Formats: sequence, structure tokens, C-alpha cells
Amino acid sequence: MAIEVRIPTILRNLTDGAKAVEGKGGSLDELITDLDSRHPGLRDRLVDAKGLRKFVNVYLNDEDVRFLGGLDTEVSDGDTVTVLPAVAGGAADLPGGRR
Amino acid sequence: MLTIERALYDKIVAHARADHPDEACGIVAGPVGSDQPTRFIAMTNAERSPTFYRFDSMEQLRVWREMDDNDEEPVVIYHSHTATEAYPSRTDISYASEPNAHYVLVSTRDPEAEEFRSFRIVDGEVTEEEVRVV
Repeated sequence: MAIEVRIPTILRNLTDGAKAVEGKGGSLDELITDLDSRHPGLRDRLVDAKGLRKFVNVYLNDEDVRFLGGLDTEVSDGDTVTVLPAVAGGAADLPGGRR
Repeated sequence: MLTIERALYDKIVAHARADHPDEACGIVAGPVGSDQPTRFIAMTNAERSPTFYRFDSMEQLRVWREMDDNDEEPVVIYHSHTATEAYPSRTDISYASEPNAHYVLVSTRDPEAEEFRSFRIVDGEVTEEEVRVV
């Protein structure tokens, strides 16, 4: 058993096109590090110095991990983690935006 | 070019008008690879703000799973600007993460006439495209 991680289109260039990959770890943080060892660059797209990037939503089963424990959220075999790009924007310029 | 049915176009504009002065947002789903918007889905703006929008994350998970089950994808991702022109802001560009989607911007700044424009946003590059209403 492992943890299934569903990957959005925008990140599938890092998973050889795979829609889902498997990984292991006791926390979301460990899981992402494990995935990054086989899919280099994935961690950088999900995590920055402050934690989960605001441009992505990460779900453990049916819950948004922001409402659980963020990167410290415990995960275990049989769980499904889903990554979706956040859909956001608006007329105002984002303070501290990427560009 | 974005080709969209009149009924879908009207629903997007009506949603933008209804939520004014807050920004409205949503998608029109369509079969994967078809480039054809068919199913209108108004989304909740979790920010409820006149200057920002963000899909409610739990609603987004539900809708994205539905699309997965139906072999659909977001063909159109729309939102409104309520006091400025219908052109992607820097924030819009930094969040844009669906290179295959048509990003539709509606401006409701003029109560009489709407602006409805469509863009591709790929790697931070904005390209406006023609909108054909059928």
C-alpha cells in the first residue's frame, strides 16, 4: 500500500504525463519530499519557504489540508492526496505577487 | 478563437451582473480536447470581494472530480472585473495555470454595456483572441 497522489495537468510534465503517482511518508511534508526524489522539481512547485504555495490546493481525501495541518498533516497508506491549481485572481494587483 | 453559444455567454454576463460590485467567477466545462464549452458552472467567490476572486477550495474539488468522471475539462474560466477593463491583471496572470483554457474577462463597470473578452494565458504571456458567439 502507498499513498496515491493525483497530479493536475499543469504539473504532469514532472511525472512523465502520469495523472497519479504513488509515494510514502508519515506527513504531507515527507510525502512531498519522497515524490520529489522520483519527480525532481515537484516539491518546488508545491512548497516555498513559508509552506504550501498559495497557487495550489492540496487535499487529503476530501479535506483541504489548509484546514488540517498544512505540511504537518499526517498521511498514511491508503490515503489519496489531490493537487489542484488554485483558481484565483482579480482586478487588484497581488501584494508580493510572482511578477 | 473562443466559440461559445449565446445562452452560455448570457449566463456568464448575468452572473457577473448579479454579483456586482463583487467579482463573479466560474467555468464552462466541455469534453476533454473538444475546445467546446458546454456546461455552465457558477462558482462561489470565496473572497466575496470587489477586487479579488478565488474559487472555494472544497467546491472546486467537487466540481473538478465531477469533470474527471465526465471526461470534461474547464474550457472557459471566467471572472468579472467590476470597476476596471476586461483585461487580465497581474494577479490574474500569476495565477493562470490552465494553458488550454480560455480565460474570459467580463467588465461590469458600465451598467448599460458589458465588455466580454477572451484570452489565452500561457507562461505569463497574455494573448487576446476573438470571441465568436453562435
